[in-house]
Amino acid sequence: MDTLHRTDVTRRGFLAGVALVTLIPAAPASATPDELAAAIKELVGSAKLNPGRVTLDIPPLVENGNTVPMKVSVESPMTAKDHVKAIHVFNERNPQPYVMNAYLGPRAGRASVSAHIKLRESQKLVAIAELSDGSFWTASANVIVTVAACVEDLVQ
Amino acid sequence: MSNALIRLPKSVKRGEVFEVKTLIQHPMETGFRAGANGTMIPRDIIEEFLCTYNGVEVFRLKMSSAIAANPFVSFFTTATETGVLFFRWTGDNGFKMEETASITVA
Repeated sequence: MDTLHRTDVTRRGFLAGVALVTLIPAAPASATPDELAAAIKELVGSAKLNPGRVTLDIPPLVENGNTVPMKVSVESPMTAKDHVKAIHVFNERNPQPYVMNAYLGPRAGRASVSAHIKLRESQKLVAIAELSDGSFWTASANVIVTVAACVEDLVQ
Repeated sequence: MSNALIRLPKSVKRGEVFEVKTLIQHPMETGFRAGANGTMIPRDIIEEFLCTYNGVEVFRLKMSSAIAANPFVSFFTTATETGVLFFRWTGDNGFKMEETASITVA
């Protein structure tokens, strides 16, 4: 009877332990879709985010997340009156939601910026163009990464 | 010491929109990687890239840890007059690199 009772307590303790472990998540070292949304909100504020005008060129499938070519272009006449002020790029699952912020003006002639970026895992990228009239335009792209960036430290 | 490479078209006409391609040698250490002994490798990135055309800012880029090592950046600008394009990269640990390239406008 006593033995049975003790076994029962141990099992209960074990279950409680399991519940605790499940409740405490592993330290999240990556940005989440929420952080992405928060970063975008911080930039855009209460303004409307319109889909369109922006082209986000990135390979849909990349083998190496350490260097991913990316190009963001925006349809704009690039005149003093109507031009792209800035191009912002955000990511969903890198440790931080920011990728880059490019500031240009009417002298750019063409609103297009290319850079090579790092992607930790398969995720969504969001490009946002900030226009001189205060409007925001956006495009997003999903990228599948087969070998992620930041894995070198695991094999060292 | 870092090396920087700038690529411009050989000749441009007045008013022509041309592409400026830049590449700089830099590790862009993210600050999110663990080293051999398990401690985190401190962040060492370029934070800002600036380009001026005869002293007027034409392009500025704020970089993050998500920019690949040896950052490649390309952008466009309009040929206004013969002159000098000045490039400056600044970042962590007092990193500063400056480069100039001359452009001849026909």
